[in-house]
Amino acid sequence: MIEISDLTKSFNDKPVLRGVNLSIKSGESVVIIGRSGCGKSVLLKMMTMLLPPDSGRILIDGEDITLMDDQNLYRVRRKIGVLFQGAALFDSMTVQENITLGLREHTDLSETELRRIAEERLELVSLPGILDLKPAELSGGMKKRVGLARAIAMDPKYVLYDEPTTGLDPISADAINNLIISLNEKLKVTTIVVTHDMVSANKIADRIIMLHRGVNFFEGTPEQVKNAEDEVVRQFIEGKADGPIKQVIVKEQPREWWRGKRF
Amino acid sequence: MKNALVRLGRLTESFFAEAGGIFILLGQILRFSTRLYKDRSLFIEQCVSVGLNSVPIVLLVGVFTGAVSAWQTNYQIEGYIPIRYLGLGTFKAVIIELGPVLSALIIAGRVGASIAAELGSMKVTEQIDALESLAINSVRYLAAPRFYASVFMMPILVIFADFIAIIGALMTATLLLGIPSATFFSEIPKFFWIWDIFAGEIKALIFGGTTALIGCYIGFKTEGGAEGVGRSTIRSFVLSSILILVFDYILATIFF
Ligand SMILES: Nc1ncnc2c1ncn2[C@@H]1O[C@H](COP(=O)(O)OP(=O)(O)OP(=O)(O)O)[C@@H](O)[C@H]1O
Ligand SMILES: [Mg+2]
Repeated sequence: MIEISDLTKSFNDKPVLRGVNLSIKSGESVVIIGRSGCGKSVLLKMMTMLLPPDSGRILIDGEDITLMDDQNLYRVRRKIGVLFQGAALFDSMTVQENITLGLREHTDLSETELRRIAEERLELVSLPGILDLKPAELSGGMKKRVGLARAIAMDPKYVLYDEPTTGLDPISADAINNLIISLNEKLKVTTIVVTHDMVSANKIADRIIMLHRGVNFFEGTPEQVKNAEDEVVRQFIEGKADGPIKQVIVKEQPREWWRGKRF
Repeated sequence: MKNALVRLGRLTESFFAEAGGIFILLGQILRFSTRLYKDRSLFIEQCVSVGLNSVPIVLLVGVFTGAVSAWQTNYQIEGYIPIRYLGLGTFKAVIIELGPVLSALIIAGRVGASIAAELGSMKVTEQIDALESLAINSVRYLAAPRFYASVFMMPILVIFADFIAIIGALMTATLLLGIPSATFFSEIPKFFWIWDIFAGEIKALIFGGTTALIGCYIGFKTEGGAEGVGRSTIRSFVLSSILILVFDYILATIFF
């Protein structure tokens, strides 16, 4: 169970999240949608305290991770797998080392067992036989899938996916959707997916949450979202440039002269 | 005027914030000294990259340092001080000052900057976030091995540098200045203090630690893509070089 209340975050006085409230039940599959730059990745990062919030509470299985010491935080993080938007593979390591690093650090599994687990996870993301390649030798979509294999290597209870199907061809994307669904259904993995891909959102979600203007603006089942009357939601799911969501002109932040030239 | 004061205030504030951040990182690294045995493979990997791979450049610098010191000492003392003191003067200058400081400056360029660049690019590509999300402490996994490897390897590199510098000086003395090697070495035993070597080694240890600490701190703080990584690389080299020279002065006043 993940409970988020009144979460806020600003960067350089520019508010990104202004009070997000979410409650995600164990075993649930939630998709977060919203415009580019609305703070979806920031929200995911705060769920594992990779970014500290400015205010608000984040409870994971009843424990507030915003107040935790390191040791407890690392204990909680072991329950959560994260797929990063840019895959974030360790480029000094091979694919196998990437996937098994967590297990290597936290368990006493033997090399053969580690290799077997890496092979198995790669098969799940339909990339068999690339164990000994380096990330630089992979395509963007392959990196994404190795990132996914790494996220699920430690059998996490929760998995946070940041745009799992972006950059994949439709066939691989559908295979990933199916994988996310089967992890959720068979292994009861609580699933939180950030995506722009409405096909994938409708397929995966028990519940869709739309972030807009720094709050959770709309929530509902895929059915409810499809039939929503709210113009903001309609505009987003129909993908129109005209409507209540305006192109935001991002103003250049004033740069203090001393920034970047301190030494 | 008011503006200038505000700027000065911000500058002071950011100076203390940075200094505080560096000390906090140092504290965390020192706490992980207990994990060093468990993480020995990371430590050894860093010893190779910090130490072994720096040997050629350190030796190259060492031999020229020694040769130049002998030549210069000869020029300085010619006609005032008996030539048999040339060996001693060169020896002391190398052991106490030139060996540690020049090696440290080379290492600040070669190792400190590469630590900052490596950790910086890991930061901007979210690899450090990825590490943390696997419940691996990035200070323990990345900073501690680099710090301890530098602290451990720097004194060894300095011994190499000192040794080769003395050889460089001896070659200059015997081959170019026509001083017999017996004369070169004649006064060294009388004025040789083990304390001199010890002081040089302490310096090396502190310089090595400083370089790695600054490299890690600046690497972790990197922001802003490839441009940010480039900025971090330069900053790390400049800041560690300054600190090496400042610490050298402070240590000199403490030791001698
Ligand atoms: N480290 C940071 N420093 C400054 N600003 C940041 C930082 N991280 C994010 N932001 C800002 O926060 C906002 C939200 O970013 P975020 O990456 O969460 O967007 P997103 O919703 O994931 O967008 P996308 O769909 O394009 O991935 C952006 O306006 C971005 O400029
Ligand atoms: Mg994002």
